Formats: sequence, structure tokens, C-alpha cells
Amino acid sequence: MSGIDVAPKQGTLIVSTGQPVVNDFSIQVATVNGSGSQSANAVLMRSIFLMGVPVSGKNLFPSNIAGLPTWFTIRVSKKGYVARKHTSEILVAMNPETAEADVKKLPPGAMAVYDEPLKLDALRTDVPFYAVPFDKLVAPVAPEPKLRKLLRNMVYVGVLAHLLKIELPDVELAISKQFNGKKRATEVNVAAARAGHEYAAANFQPARFTVERMNENANKIIIDGNTAGALGALFGGVTVISWYPITPSSSLIENLIDLLKEHRVDASGKATYAVVQSEDELAAIGMVLGASWNGARAMTATSGPGISLMAEFTGLGYYAEIPAVVWNVQRVGPSTGLPTRTAQGDLLSTAFLSHGDTKHPMLLPGSVKECFEFGVAAFDLAERLQTPLFVLSDLDLGMNNWVSEPFDYPEKPIDRGKVLSKEDLDKLGSFQRYKDVDGDGIGWRTIPGTLHPNAAWFARGSGHNEKAHYSESPVDYVNNVDRLARKLDTARTLVPAPVLEHSAPGAKIGLIAYGSSHYAVAEAVDQLEEKGIAADYLRLRAYPFNQQLAEFIAAHERVYIIEQNRDAQMAQLIKMDIAAADAVKLRSILHYDGHPLEAGTVTEGVVAQEQK
Amino acid sequence: MATTPNPPVKQNRIGLQVIDYRGSKSTLCAGCGHNAISERIVDAFYEMGVEPEHVVKLSGIGCSSKSPAYFLGRSHSFNGVHGRMPALATGAAVANHKLQYIGLSGDGDTASIGMGQFVHLMRRNLPMIYIIEDNGVYGLTKGQFSATADIGSRLKNGVVNELPAIDTCALAIELGATFVGRSFSGDKKQLSALLKAAIAHNGTVLLDVISPCVTFNDHEGSTKSYKFMKDHEEPLHDINFVPAFSEIDVEYDEGTSTEVTLHDGSKMQLVKLEEDYDPTNRIAAITRLAEARERNEVLTGLFYLNAAQPSFTDSMGLCDAPLSSLPESVTRPGKQVLEAIMEEYR
Ligand SMILES: Cc1ncc(C[n+]2csc(CCOP(=O)(O)OP(=O)(O)O)c2C)c(N)n1
Ligand code: SF4
Ligand SMILES: [Mg+2]
Repeated sequence: MSGIDVAPKQGTLIVSTGQPVVNDFSIQVATVNGSGSQSANAVLMRSIFLMGVPVSGKNLFPSNIAGLPTWFTIRVSKKGYVARKHTSEILVAMNPETAEADVKKLPPGAMAVYDEPLKLDALRTDVPFYAVPFDKLVAPVAPEPKLRKLLRNMVYVGVLAHLLKIELPDVELAISKQFNGKKRATEVNVAAARAGHEYAAANFQPARFTVERMNENANKIIIDGNTAGALGALFGGVTVISWYPITPSSSLIENLIDLLKEHRVDASGKATYAVVQSEDELAAIGMVLGASWNGARAMTATSGPGISLMAEFTGLGYYAEIPAVVWNVQRVGPSTGLPTRTAQGDLLSTAFLSHGDTKHPMLLPGSVKECFEFGVAAFDLAERLQTPLFVLSDLDLGMNNWVSEPFDYPEKPIDRGKVLSKEDLDKLGSFQRYKDVDGDGIGWRTIPGTLHPNAAWFARGSGHNEKAHYSESPVDYVNNVDRLARKLDTARTLVPAPVLEHSAPGAKIGLIAYGSSHYAVAEAVDQLEEKGIAADYLRLRAYPFNQQLAEFIAAHERVYIIEQNRDAQMAQLIKMDIAAADAVKLRSILHYDGHPLEAGTVTEGVVAQEQK
Repeated sequence: MATTPNPPVKQNRIGLQVIDYRGSKSTLCAGCGHNAISERIVDAFYEMGVEPEHVVKLSGIGCSSKSPAYFLGRSHSFNGVHGRMPALATGAAVANHKLQYIGLSGDGDTASIGMGQFVHLMRRNLPMIYIIEDNGVYGLTKGQFSATADIGSRLKNGVVNELPAIDTCALAIELGATFVGRSFSGDKKQLSALLKAAIAHNGTVLLDVISPCVTFNDHEGSTKSYKFMKDHEEPLHDINFVPAFSEIDVEYDEGTSTEVTLHDGSKMQLVKLEEDYDPTNRIAAITRLAEARERNEVLTGLFYLNAAQPSFTDSMGLCDAPLSSLPESVTRPGKQVLEAIMEEYR
């Protein structure tokens, strides 16, 4: 099996041997999990970023602590495409287990840097090989064997810097950034990179793939979606966090804890927040509800299995109308599935989490910037709507590094929603917790501790009337759940509206996507245009939908819904919401193998179905 | 016009009447032990002069978990899901460490479905009063055995429990609760004293209150019936509680009592029935419980007390103001902070 895919399918450039390629290729680094290649890969990516060239990185890693193969791909794209690209033109083969297969997958004219003892150069004749004696090079730099193992990786950064013409000062700056300016760590890593660079300069000509300075990254940042979400929570004013670790959501909370320790202690060194590592996800969501009900801004983050455990409590939050912010950083599959791979498979189970008639608002960030912005907005929305609100990210968005515009400081002040104070009650005398006084389906609440004899109300998941009294009356029940439906209608007007990402004059077909699928779809729109297929592209950013979605579908003959799950979950959700006449226009492009979506999959999918 | 003056209305130290501590009318079966416990709770909070608005009630699901509706109507309450009251309480207590928390649970709610959360709450020493209204059955689902049903006890339909009971008190002591006792819903004096002491304690109070289910578990063959309790109850010691703010004299014999100072400065006198019983000794407490079980006796009283152990919220290093009350100026860092963070990621 050659594994060679040609350009039209993948949307890459076909390059014949020898032709120079500037700022348009992918690098794949194949290592062993736990070998410490993460820093080296981050440095490599940042060096290219510092050269002003659009770059993206994706880590394909196993569910294992050490020993299994892992691949890191870096895409360099002068056009700014950052979606996954199937083929890599440059291989760094550090893992003996996979080296042979990795080499065989290279397209003709690609190149391979490898650890000399692996002796890969006999495998192919159409690929230049660069053998590097990593152990020999690293030995003088690092006396301790443990450090040596880590620094070997920084050596390939130096080798690539020479081969790809990445400038050494940028590599050194990237190293210093990576190690937070820590002197000793920076020094040894710089020495390792230099050793690789020197060796390469003495032994190899620069390759035909090169990085050339651009100016696309001025002011930009590199960040992963989980850190961005954590920053969103920090600036959203979170006060209580309860969580139970699970890949790929853990780093969101771990980053948040670090941020809170630094930025949320008062003058006397006391915390203005609390974090509880709970015994499981049932407890995590329970604590969030208890804290929110009691007046905190509370959140948790989890992934599929945790979401399943949160079902019963989520229903309580929905019915008793308690705010909660829940991040669902999605991973693959039913049950344990593929814990370290990416998907958008929890859309339906999250939207309707819990029994009875339940429905929950969901925010669908499509970039790290939106992870931040929605991370802030989630609290305002959950408190305004008095209901559990989910932010659906995924492993690709959450755990990979992305280049982004810097985040903007929130413009709007914090909105705690409809809360009555003691002073309000002094004026009103009393209130009815679940009465729809404003016609938006949202009642007024009081917070425990409000010093007024009529402040208290009884929160419960059993049937209740407007006064929050126990009731089994059919009239009360229907009133209540109909009001909850009205509340969801209010949510349509409050959640982030869809974005028309691309509009082509006279386009008969529309594309709809959300979340991390965005980048592949944006690239696919260009590929389709090259093939003479004009398409408009609407990116959804939240559920429940607003009118714009229905209008978009009505305005097109065929609408392709692109998503990363088997069952066309977004399409199903949309069908519940639109006219039957429009529902027949919907077609799906589905990708669910655990790898991030590629533009080629979208383009091919549209082309194939358009030909039908 | 009336010529005789109204009799003076009885008030507590904060000027409230006992009616201010009542809840709505109970919908539980007449004679249910849970109702008696609600009454004791009303009395205890009234007598201790706790502001009802400062109290937060929590519960799971079950007949027992319905009871917060029947006391302290002026207090907020959260009736949650089955077995998960501890999580709600933990979140609530962390959000506002200035309020007083009381949780009501059943033996099913705690020792079956809720065991996971129960043990972690005990382990955290969350500042709250956790009451198990323990009838050995699932009342609300019509009388199935719970995990606290004694081995050999028999249901109305003749089914015999073959499994050993879980002793929630022994477990709580083992796990880190700092005030652990057992009482009986019908023992006004002991239960009131325990509740009042519980109100003054800072840390997890676990009170397992045997509370017969008159409908499903109050017949011959049940070890949690009124009759069984009358025959087998063995109080460990008399408990008199003296709140720090009252001047009441207590009758106790200096020579046979242990004085314990509670966290809020109030003192508790434990009148020992046995000369050598020391409630501050964890190991001894667990041993006594095991011995009583061997003898098929229900030991009641305060088994274990540790007033010095910091509570969960004490050990979190929280700012003084409740987290729930913090304004935006505290919870949202300034623009320059975001700018500095952005610089780090460039
Ligand atoms: C998840 C879930 N499973 C089952 C039930 C049904 N259920 C309601 S109360 C109860 C048992 C209550 O027993 P206990 O806690 O001892 O309270 P009691 O009624 O005896 O006071 C059960 C099984 C439920 N409400 N939720
Ligand atoms: S069924 Fe039993 S536990 Fe429930 S209210 Fe009646 S007596 Fe009490
Ligand atoms: Mg029971």
C-alpha cells in the first residue's frame, strides 16, 4: 500500500521532484508517546509562527501515558489554511515502531529526516533521506541520560531549521518562550537545536521545501482551545468550579486553576474562588448546581462519559431552573470510545440530556477566540436563562494549538440575570418564583441568605406551581413546561447568531458547519470555487437556532450539513426546527474516524452528491 | 374592648416566635418518625435563636427528603435528586460559607444510591448537619429493604433481610466526620440536645436518627420499629447542651462529665453513663459501635466529637466574603491583565 494521495483529493499542491515549494507543506513528526517531543514540536510551530507564516499544529496521540506511537503534524500554509491535511511532505522519523510505515506513506518527492540507526534510506528511491545521528549530537549537550532523551527532540528542530530555512534567532526565541525564559532550560535546548543545525549545515543542502518570512502573524497569539476556555471562565467571573478529570477536558480546568491562583487572590492572599475535585461527574454537576443556586457563578468541564453521568442532575437544573455552565470537550465514540481522538458526536445527547421533555442551550465555538468569548458569555447566558448551558468544544479545538487574533476584553458588564435583592422584596412584599411576569419565560429568583422573610423558595425537581409549591396539578405542569419552552425561545434571541462565513453570488447550494469543522469547510469553499461550484457557507454558533438558519436553508436549493459524527446529528436537530418543505433540501457530509476533518473530505462529498 | 392584657408571646433571643421556624403542613403518614424529627428541628433552631434566613436546607429523594418542606419555611431549600444531596450541599457551602446548612436524607438515599457522595461528604468534613431519617426501608417506594436494615429483619410480606446492615455512624467516624451521633425520633430530650449541639458545631455533623416507618416497617420482626427501639435502645450518656449566649444552669454532676468546647465557643456537657467513655476517642467510638452491634443493641448518644478539626470550607483559604456575594470588580480581572496574558501567548 503506497498510501499516496494525490492533490485534487486532498486539496494540496502536486509537486514534482525538484521544484521549490515555499510556505505550503506539512511536517509530520513521528515519536513515541512520553518521549517529551511536545516541547520540540511546539517550538517548531512557534518558530514558523515567528517568521510571520500561517501555521497550525495537530497532535495525534494515543490513550496511553508512554510507549505508544504519536504523530504531530505542522501545516505551513501561505493561504492561511489550518485544517488537517492528509499528506505530509516532510517526515521526521523518530519512532522505530512506525518509521517504515511512515516512510511508505510519503508522497513522491517528499523528504524524510530520520534517526540514523533506523537505516530507512533503502526503503524508497523517490524521497531524499537525511540521516541524523541524534544520540551522538545530543551527548555533548546533555550529560544526564534523562535529559538527553528529551533534548534529542530539540535536535530535529535545529536540523529542520537548516533544511527548511527557518531562521535560528526565531527558533531560539521560540525556545525561550516555550520554557518561560527559564535560563538553564533555555540554554540546553538552544544548544541542542544548534547542534542539530550545525550538523545539518555541514552535511545537507537546504531542502526544496522552505519557510519564507511573511507578515501574517503580527499581534497574533498561539493558544489551545482549553486554555482559551479557561481564560473565558476567568474573565467571565467564575467563582466555583467542580470537576472530575477526563480527557480531553482536563486541561481546561487545570489551566483555569493556574490562572485563578495567579489572578484571583485578594490583598490578604485569600482565594476569591473555590475549586473542588469531586468524586465523580454526578457530584461535579451537583456541586455546580448547589453553588449556582446559592449565588455563585459555577462551572464544570467534562467529556462524553461525564456528560452521560450528568444526565439526571441536568434535568433537575432544567426543571428547577438553576444556572450551570458545563463544557463538553467532545471525544470519540459511545462508551470509552477513542478518548484521545476528536468528534462532534455529543450534539443530540447534550441537547436533550436527561429524561422527560428537556432541552438545553448549547454554544458551539468554532475557534479558540470563540472558546474565550463563549467561555465568558456562557455565565451571563446561564444566569439570564436560569438553566444549565453547555459549551460544546472538541479535542481538536481544545487540545491543539491554534494561531489566533488576540482576545478582546469583554465589553458588557457581568449579567447575573433576574435576581431579587432584599431591597426589591422590601418594595414588592413577596414574589412568585416561577411566574412569567416579563413574558420571556424567565421568572425572578432570590439567592439563599437574602435577609427577607419572604425571600425563600423551595427548589425541587418534582412538580411545582408558580409559587414553587409542590403540585401534581395537570394545569400547573403544562403551564410550567410550556413556559420552559418559551424560555428556550428567548434563548434563540440571546445566544450567538450564526455567521455567514462565505457568500458567492448566485450560489444555489449552501454549506452549514459548526465548531472545529469550520477550517476544513472554509478551505473547501475555495476548492469548490476552483471547480466551478459556488456555495454559501453559514457557520452555526449555538442551539437553539434563530431565524437566520431557516432563511438560509429556504434561500438555497440544496444545503450540505457538514459534521463530525455518524448520525448527522446537527441535521436531525435542524430538521426538528424547520418546515418540512425545507427539510428535504438537507444533505449530509459526515466524517467520524476520529481525525480532524480535512477540506478534501468536504469538497469530495459535495462534488459527489452534486453529480447525483 | 378587651380589658385583659394579651399573655406575653414567647420569643427567642432574636425576637422570633416558634411559628417563624415552622414549615408547611406535613403530607407524611400520621405517626411517621420523620414528622417528630421535623418538630425537633423546629425547636432546636428556635431555641438556639438562629436566623431562619441564614439556614439552607437540602435533601435528596424519599419520604425523609420531603421533610424540609415541613420545617423552617423561611429558609431556602433545595430538594434534589435521589442520593445526591451531598453534592448540592458541597457546592452550596462552598459558594457561601457564612450560612448554616442542614441536609435531610433517608437510609436509602444515603446508604444505597447515595453512598458514593455520602462518604466523600464525610471525608471532607463539610460544615453541615446531615440527618439520616433511618427506617431501614424505602418508604416512598413502599417498603423495600434498605442497606441499613438489620440482618434478620422481616418485611410485611415476609421477606427476610439476609445482608448485614451498614452502620452509617461507624462509617462517618472512620471517614472524617467530626460530630457523629445516633438518636431516636421518639426521644425528644436526647434528639433536641444533639440537634442544638449540632447547630453549634463547625464541621460535618452526622446524626443517624432511627425513625420508624409506621406504614412499612413498624411491626414485629422489624428492628427499626417503635417497640424494638424501646426494648433495645442503649443511650450512651445524657447530653445537655449549653449555648454560649444563654445563662441556663444545667444539672450535671461535675465528677462524671466531660466538658467539650465547641467551635463557636459554646460548651457541651456529656454526662457519662460509663465512667470511661470519651467521645473524642475515635477508635473507642468505633469499637463501642461494633460491640453494640454484636449485642444487637442500638447505641444512642454522641459517639464522636472533634471540635478542633478545620472544616472543608475553613481549609480552602477562601476570602471572608461569601463567593456568592463577590462583585464584578473582584471576579473579573482588569483589561491590563488580559493584555498581559495575551502577550505571554505571542
Ligand atoms: C434515580 C432514582 N431511582 C429510584 C427512585 C425511586 N425512589 C424514590 S424514594 C426511594 C427510596 C427512598 O428511601 P429512603 O431514602 O430510605 O427514604 P424514606 O422514604 O424511607 O424516608 C426510591 C428508591 C428515584 N427517585 N430516583
Ligand atoms: S411511608 Fe413510612 S416513611 Fe413514608 S411517610 Fe409513611 S411512615 Fe413515613
Ligand atoms: Mg428509609
